[in-house]
Amino acid sequence: MHDALTLEKAAPVSLSARLWSGGHHANRLLRGLLLPALVLSGAEIAARYGWIESRLLPPPSAIALTLWQLAHDGLWKHIGASVARVAAGFVIGAILGLGFAVLVGLSRRVEELVDPTLQALRNVPSLAWVPLLLLWFGIDETPKITMIALGAFFPVYLNVVCGIQNVDRKLIEVGEIYGLNKFQLARRILLPAALPAVFTGLRTALGLAWMFLVAAELIAASQGLGYLLSDGRETSRPDIVIAAIFLIAVLGKTSDSLLHGIEVRSLRWRDTLETRKKRIRT
Amino acid sequence: MSHLDIHVATKKFADKPVLSNIHLSVAQGEVVSLIGASGCGKSTLLRIVSGLEHDYTGSVTLDGEKLSGISPHIGFIFQEPRLFPWLNVAQNIAFNATSVTDSDARVTQLLAEMGLTGLEKALPKQLSGGQAQRVAIARGLFIHPKVLLLDEPFSAVDAFTRIRLQDLLAHVAQLHRITIILVTHDVDEAVFLSDRVVVIGNQPGTVVADLKMDLASPRERESTALLAQRASVFAALHSAHIV
Repeated sequence: MHDALTLEKAAPVSLSARLWSGGHHANRLLRGLLLPALVLSGAEIAARYGWIESRLLPPPSAIALTLWQLAHDGLWKHIGASVARVAAGFVIGAILGLGFAVLVGLSRRVEELVDPTLQALRNVPSLAWVPLLLLWFGIDETPKITMIALGAFFPVYLNVVCGIQNVDRKLIEVGEIYGLNKFQLARRILLPAALPAVFTGLRTALGLAWMFLVAAELIAASQGLGYLLSDGRETSRPDIVIAAIFLIAVLGKTSDSLLHGIEVRSLRWRDTLETRKKRIRT
Repeated sequence: MSHLDIHVATKKFADKPVLSNIHLSVAQGEVVSLIGASGCGKSTLLRIVSGLEHDYTGSVTLDGEKLSGISPHIGFIFQEPRLFPWLNVAQNIAFNATSVTDSDARVTQLLAEMGLTGLEKALPKQLSGGQAQRVAIARGLFIHPKVLLLDEPFSAVDAFTRIRLQDLLAHVAQLHRITIILVTHDVDEAVFLSDRVVVIGNQPGTVVADLKMDLASPRERESTALLAQRASVFAALHSAHIV
């Protein structure tokens, strides 16, 4: 009743009033698109009036046209190659990260043996691996996927170890009272309790996977969005470079949103600011 | 031979003795309260009986069998509910489902006994403090324990909820004829619920008084008999310099 009243009153006032007052999913999406829309129209106007040189920053309309042309000329092949590399590297890196983290989180002995080495290796910048990976694996898919897996491994490993080590002792004691063995304790208490940290790790890893993808493809590739970037630079086509950046941003955001959607569903039990916001919204 | 025999010769924390020379024999179905000042070691004594604490000299014997470590015949209720936040009420109660046949029926029965019917699908974050502690008690009872240990189970809830939970525990104790050892700071709670109140004296903790609560059941909180017993507990606490 109250809601209907405010809506009826607000609707004739203006679209913007509804945009800010509404709690619906569609309105949230609109609010998120507001800033990119403003920036793009600004760039378009600036290019039309010649305030910026379109040789350096082509107007969004020209970039859209380039995207359209690319779509008919192998763009899907590039997108497909990049998505496949990110998916393969992310899955391999995340599974290994999770596996090592569980072993290290559960056993002090394994932690003492493995953790110092991994902590040292995580400081090595991604680009430092490139020469070695090229020497070992040549220039086909293997070095690229290995590099992405490396990028995905460390955030998952670090977050999950931290998550397991921070599980409330009080909950572990309940497990002890029920006579759980180490394996059951891990499966039934430690991993569920560490699930928020697992998702934090996975989302960071996914972001890094996209970064490592571009690094890998810039160096040696004949396909993929990173290749498109270096191709655009070599042929002096800023529109292609910006189109590739735009696609990486869109794909990165989309994959993160998917993961975030799974996270929200899996962590509905949490009593936090995040879940409280969700409850008010729905 | 009694039902539950507790003997602690010494229990030390970092060379400092916290318990010494304790002998307690508890009969089947008896409700025993352990009462004493903070830090007297009564919670430690409870943890020894539960098997959570191994590092002591002495022994715990249940029905003639010496216990070493955790026993499936002993349930433990903590001061906080300690529910698993990712499991709903029914899943929390049936956490140890593998050790109970027909666990669904058992859950339904316990939900009814605890006045939780309709909440089986609720998540812990949706429960009040009193409801959460009822779920914890149901989880403790789920495995059909012979002995239920409670460590200040009602100290974190408001006064009215506490009274209702005490009534509920008295009811459950009678219904299941289960042996109960309860650690508490609350003399009224100890007198109302117990067949025996055991006073633990300070440093290192030992039994200084073992008082039988000879009261008809069901008990009434304000009956003269109960108030007389209450006075006797306070007298024991005074003579042990606890209050």
